[in-house]
Amino acid sequence: MIEIKNLTKSFGDLIVWRDVSFDIQDGETTAVIGRSGCGKSVLMKHLNALLYPDEGNVLIDGKCVFELSYSELRKVRQRFGILFQGGALFDSISTFENVAFPLRYFTEQIEDEITHNVNEALSMVNLQEAGNKSTSELSGGMRKRVGLARAIILKPDYLLYDEPTSGLDPKTSDEINELIVNMADSLDITSVVITHDMHSVLEVSDKVAFLDEQKLSWFGKTEDMKHSDNQNLLEFISASEYQINSKTA
Amino acid sequence: MISNLPGAAGLRQFGKYAQLLYQALRASTEISTYRKNLFQEFVKVGYESIPIIFLVGIFTGAVLTLQTAYQLDTDIYPSTIIGSIVAQSIVIELAAVISALVLAGKVGARISTELGTMRVSEQIDALESMGFNSVSFLVVPRILAGLLMFPILYTTAAVFGILGGITAGALDGILPAAEFLEGARAFFFESDIIFGYIKSIVFGFVITSIACYKGYYAFGGAEGVGTATTQATVLSCIFVLLADFALAAILL
Ligand SMILES: Nc1ncnc2c1ncn2[C@@H]1O[C@H](COP(=O)(O)OP(=O)(O)OP(=O)(O)O)[C@@H](O)[C@H]1O
Ligand SMILES: [Mg+2]
Repeated sequence: MIEIKNLTKSFGDLIVWRDVSFDIQDGETTAVIGRSGCGKSVLMKHLNALLYPDEGNVLIDGKCVFELSYSELRKVRQRFGILFQGGALFDSISTFENVAFPLRYFTEQIEDEITHNVNEALSMVNLQEAGNKSTSELSGGMRKRVGLARAIILKPDYLLYDEPTSGLDPKTSDEINELIVNMADSLDITSVVITHDMHSVLEVSDKVAFLDEQKLSWFGKTEDMKHSDNQNLLEFISASEYQINSKTA
Repeated sequence: MISNLPGAAGLRQFGKYAQLLYQALRASTEISTYRKNLFQEFVKVGYESIPIIFLVGIFTGAVLTLQTAYQLDTDIYPSTIIGSIVAQSIVIELAAVISALVLAGKVGARISTELGTMRVSEQIDALESMGFNSVSFLVVPRILAGLLMFPILYTTAAVFGILGGITAGALDGILPAAEFLEGARAFFFESDIIFGYIKSIVFGFVITSIACYKGYYAFGGAEGVGTATTQATVLSCIFVLLADFALAAILL
């Protein structure tokens, strides 16, 4: 379980958000939503201490991640698989090597096992044939899927997705949403999905955290979202629904 | 407030820079993390810089010879003195400093752009989140390559500088190669070479560490990478010149 407790973060004079608290239960998928620039990515980077807060704690199974020694932190970090917003693929190596990268450094697997595991991960994201491409040849959607294959290669307990569907066509988005649901079910992974795609939220998430006006504005079950009395949340939802409807109209 | 004083921002930057260097020093024991990158950096910092350093050396030596001959009246001084002046200037100062200024552009800009791009595209976050020590993986091999390759590049610049001087002197009819070498030998001190090597190591450190620092902490997209690279190049040049002066004041 991940407990986020009274987290406050600023960069210089810019306060990103303050006093954010909520829990992420094992096996659940939590969506973090909010406008561009409200600090979703920044929040995600606190979960494995890529960023440190001004105040507050993140507890993973009861242990505060910000107080760990570097070697302990490493072990905690390896329990997370992260799909970064732009894929964050290493552009000096091939697609295959990107996915193989964690295996080469952190496991004792021999070449045959690595090849097998990488191909398995790539086929999970429907990219069997992309392995020998260079990363610069990949489209935006392919980069995200390769990033996802790399994120799951060490069989993490937690998967964090930073805007997995943004910038993708509706069909690929749906495929990715399905993938997220499948990962959560088949690998029994606890997921955090950052998104501003309401369609995606409804498809994949059990709980929703809404960041707005420099704080956690709403947190609850996905199905309770529409009945909330939080005006900003309702506006956020209806703006997205309007988008969905006007796309399909 | 103290934090608003003009020098405070610079001081804060220096603190962050020193902190990164401290992390790098601690991470330098994790050889298995950066071994592969280290060899790549040897090639990029050292081997791939040899052509430009070759040119820098040849032309520095050649121009220096022509101009020294022009400035000195060889009716009063023996012509061998041209060889002495050129060789010594190259070994003590020019081979190290001119190379460093060129390499601040070539090596320093490459490093800060590379690390800056990795930072803004979240590749450094990705490394860290996999459990890598990104300082060990990225910063340590680049600084080590600077420390180890700059002396080699300095040697290249010095050797070709003297050869350039000899060639220009002979082709222009200023003095024959034998006299040039005789003059060079007459004022040859081993301590000059040691001085040159110390300079080149210091410059290698200054350039690669500043570039790593600026790149590693770049932020704000493509524009941020551009800013980081510009700052790295300008700061490297300034600190190369300051270090050059400081070393001369201390060691000569
Ligand atoms: N390293 C940093 N230094 C300074 N400011 C930063 C840094 N990282 C993020 N910020 C600022 O923090 C705020 C939140 O950024 P963040 O990337 O978390 O937004 P976001 O909610 O993920 O937006 P988007 O949906 O566009 O990705 C922004 O104003 C951003 O400029
Ligand atoms: Mg973001």
